[in-house]
Amino acid sequence: MKKLATATVAAIMCGAPVMADLVFPSLSYRTGPYAAGGIPFADGYADYMTLLNERDGGIGGVMTRILECETGYNTEKGVECYEATKGEGSLVYQPLSTGITYQLIPRATADGIPLHTMGYGRTSAKNGAVFSNVFNYPANYWDGASIAVNHLLDENSGSLSGKKIALVYHNSAYGKEPIRTLEGLSEKHGFDLTTIAVDHPGQEQKSQWLQIRRERPDYVLMWGWGVMNQVAIQEAANIRFPMENFIGVWWSGSENDVLPAGQAANGYKSLNLHGTGKDYPIYADIQKYVIDAGKAAGAGDQIGTVLYSRGMYAAMLAAEAVEKAQSIHGVMDITPAQMRDGMEALSITNAILAENGMPGFGPEFDVSCENHGGPGLGFVQQWDASAKQWNLITDLIASDKDVIMPLVEADSAAFAAESGITPGCS
Amino acid sequence: MTADFYYGIEVVLNGLMAGVLYALVALGFVLIFKASGIFNYAQGVMALFSALTLVGIMNGQIPFAHLINSIFGTHIHHFGWHVPAVLAILLTAGVMVLLAWCVQRFIFRHLVNQEPIILFMATIGLAYFMEGFGDLMWNSEIKKLDVGIPQGGSFWIEDMTSGLGGDAFYGFFIDQLDIVAAIVAIILVIILVAFSQYTKQGRAMRAVADDHQAALSVGISLNFIWVLVWSLAGFVALVAGIMWGAKSGVQFSLSLIALKALPVLMLGGFTSIPGAIVGGLIVGVGEKLFEFLIGAPFLGGATENWFAYMLALVFLVFRPQGLFGEKIIERV
Repeated sequence: MKKLATATVAAIMCGAPVMADLVFPSLSYRTGPYAAGGIPFADGYADYMTLLNERDGGIGGVMTRILECETGYNTEKGVECYEATKGEGSLVYQPLSTGITYQLIPRATADGIPLHTMGYGRTSAKNGAVFSNVFNYPANYWDGASIAVNHLLDENSGSLSGKKIALVYHNSAYGKEPIRTLEGLSEKHGFDLTTIAVDHPGQEQKSQWLQIRRERPDYVLMWGWGVMNQVAIQEAANIRFPMENFIGVWWSGSENDVLPAGQAANGYKSLNLHGTGKDYPIYADIQKYVIDAGKAAGAGDQIGTVLYSRGMYAAMLAAEAVEKAQSIHGVMDITPAQMRDGMEALSITNAILAENGMPGFGPEFDVSCENHGGPGLGFVQQWDASAKQWNLITDLIASDKDVIMPLVEADSAAFAAESGITPGCS
Repeated sequence: MTADFYYGIEVVLNGLMAGVLYALVALGFVLIFKASGIFNYAQGVMALFSALTLVGIMNGQIPFAHLINSIFGTHIHHFGWHVPAVLAILLTAGVMVLLAWCVQRFIFRHLVNQEPIILFMATIGLAYFMEGFGDLMWNSEIKKLDVGIPQGGSFWIEDMTSGLGGDAFYGFFIDQLDIVAAIVAIILVIILVAFSQYTKQGRAMRAVADDHQAALSVGISLNFIWVLVWSLAGFVALVAGIMWGAKSGVQFSLSLIALKALPVLMLGGFTSIPGAIVGGLIVGVGEKLFEFLIGAPFLGGATENWFAYMLALVFLVFRPQGLFGEKIIERV
C-alpha cells in the first residue's frame, strides 16, 4: 500500500507542469474538404510561436504552448474544441470560421476569454463597447467590400456611375456579410449591383457563370472559400471574363485558389490583410530556428504562402498583445482576462513590425474599447501565373467609414438589445 | 426568337453536360449496388483517391513522403520524373484493382450474409479510412490535374451561333471539358453494357446480382465477382475523378461530388446503368432550368442543390424504385 501511494505521488509529480506557459489554442482544420486552407494557417501560427520559444525563450521569459484541436471546419466540432481546451488556461481563440465565431461569442464572453477573428466572423464586433471580448482587427468583411470598391474607384477615375458589379458569394453567413455594405456603396456611387449565390461546396457553378456571361458585369467580386474559389476562377477563365476585373476577398486569394487554373488565372486579383512573398527577414529566422531545427508544425513547405503568412501574422499580433498585457499588469504568466486587456490596448507601429522582422507587412494601428476592428486597411494583390506568385499592386487602401460605421452601430446595437448588454467602455 | 429563348436553350445544353458529369459519379454506385446490394458510401472518396493517385503518379510524387520524412528525418518528396498521362491512368487503374481486392479480402469477405445496413456502415468506415489514407499517401494540398483535356468555351460553337438571338445573344457557351466528358461517358456506358451482356464475367456478374446463392450453386466465385465489380467501380471513379479534378483541381472536397449522385440515383434507380445516365440528364437539365427561370430571378439563386433532391422526391412519390429500377415484389 505504501509503495502504491509513493508511486501515485511520484506519478502526480511527474505529470504536473514544471513551469507556467502561455497557452494558445489552435482550432485548426487539417482534414476534410477545407484542409488545404487550414493547414498553412495552422502551420504559420504554430511556427511563429515555436520561433519565439527557440529564439527568444518565449514571451517575457514565459514559454508559449500551442494547443491544437481539429475542427474539420465544422461548427459543432469547433465548439467542442473550445469547451475541451478552455480550461487549460487558453489565452485567446482564433476560431477560423465565421460559423464557429458566432457560436463562441456568447460562450467566450461569459468565460472571459478573448476571441480574435482576423478578417472574418461577426463584423460588428468592431464595436468593443458591445463585444467586450471579441476583436477583429486589422480589418473586417465590410472593410473588405469597401476596399474593393475603392480600388475600382481608383481604376475608374473616381466614378463607378453606370458600371455593373456582380458579387459571387458563398451562400452562407460568411458569404452574405458584404451584401449590406455593397448595397450602401452601390447607392452612394451609382453602380448597379447583382448578387449571385453559390451553394456549398461550390463544385458546380455553371449556372452562376452563365448568368455572368449573359449579364456582362464590368467587375466581379467574390466572397468564396475552399473549392468554390478554384471553380469560380476556372469558370471565369472558361467564359473569358477578364481576370483583372475579377477581385476576391482575402479568403479567395491564396495560392490554392489560382494554381489549379494554371495560366488561365493570370491577372486575377484579391484583397489581402498583409504583405505577400518571402522578402521579409522573419522568414530567415523561421527557416533557421524552426524548419531547419526540425521543429516545424508541418512539412515546412508552406513557408511564405499567403495563408501561412496570415497564420504567422495572427500569431505575431497575439504575441504583441501578450507583451502589452504583461506590461500593463506587471506579471509574465498572464490570464485570459489580462490578455483581453492587452488586446484592447494593442498598438502596432512600423517600428514593432520591423522589430519582428516584418517591416511594412501590415498596417499601423491602435486598438481601443471603441474600436476592436483596427484601421480597416487592406492591400490588393495580383496573381502572376508565370512566376506563380502574388504581387502587391497597391499600397494599403482605406475603407469608407461613412458607409461602414452606421452599419456597425446598427448591427451591434441590435446584438446588444437581443443579448441584454448595456454598451459601454469602462 | 429572342435572346432569352436562346439563352434558355444554352441552359438546357449546359444542364445536359452537367448531368453527364453527375451520371459519371452515379454509375459507380449503380455497379456495386447492382452486383452486391451494397450502397457504397465510399464512392465519392474513391473518385478522390483515384484522382490523387493519378496526379501523384504523373508528378512522380513519393507516396507517404511526409511520414517517411518525419520518421527518418529525410527531405524526400518527388522521384524527379514525370509519367505520361496515359501510362499514369493505366497505373492508377491498377491501383484501383488492388484496392478492390483489399476491400474484398479485408472487409466484405468477413461480412458475407450480414444485413445491408451493416454493409453500408462498413462503406462509411471505408470512406473515412480512404480519405485519411489518401491524405497520408499523397498529402492534402490542392493539385492541378492536366491530362490534356481542353477547357473553356468552344470558340467554334460560339462563333457559329452568335447573333442567333440578335446583338444581345453572344452564342452558345459549351465547355470543351463537358463535351469530352459526354463522349467519355457514352463510351463508358457502351463498354459497361457490352461487358455485362456479352462476356462470361459480365454474365456471371449479372447472375450474382440476380441471386447470390443460385450463382454460387453453378460454380460462380462470389469473391472474384465482387473484386471485379469493385474494380469496375474504381475505374468509373477514376474517370469521374479525372473529369471533376480537371475542373477544380484535385482536392479533398472532390469526395463531396457523391452528393450530386444521390438525387440521380433516386431518380434513375439504384440498379440501372441507363437509369444513371437518364437520371443524371434529368437532374442536370431540371436544376439548371429551375435556377434560370425561377431560382435566380425570384428566389435569390443557389437553388440547384435542394431542387435536385426535390425533383428526385417527386419522382419517388410516383415511382419508388426510380425510373429504371427493378420493382421489388415481396409475396406473403
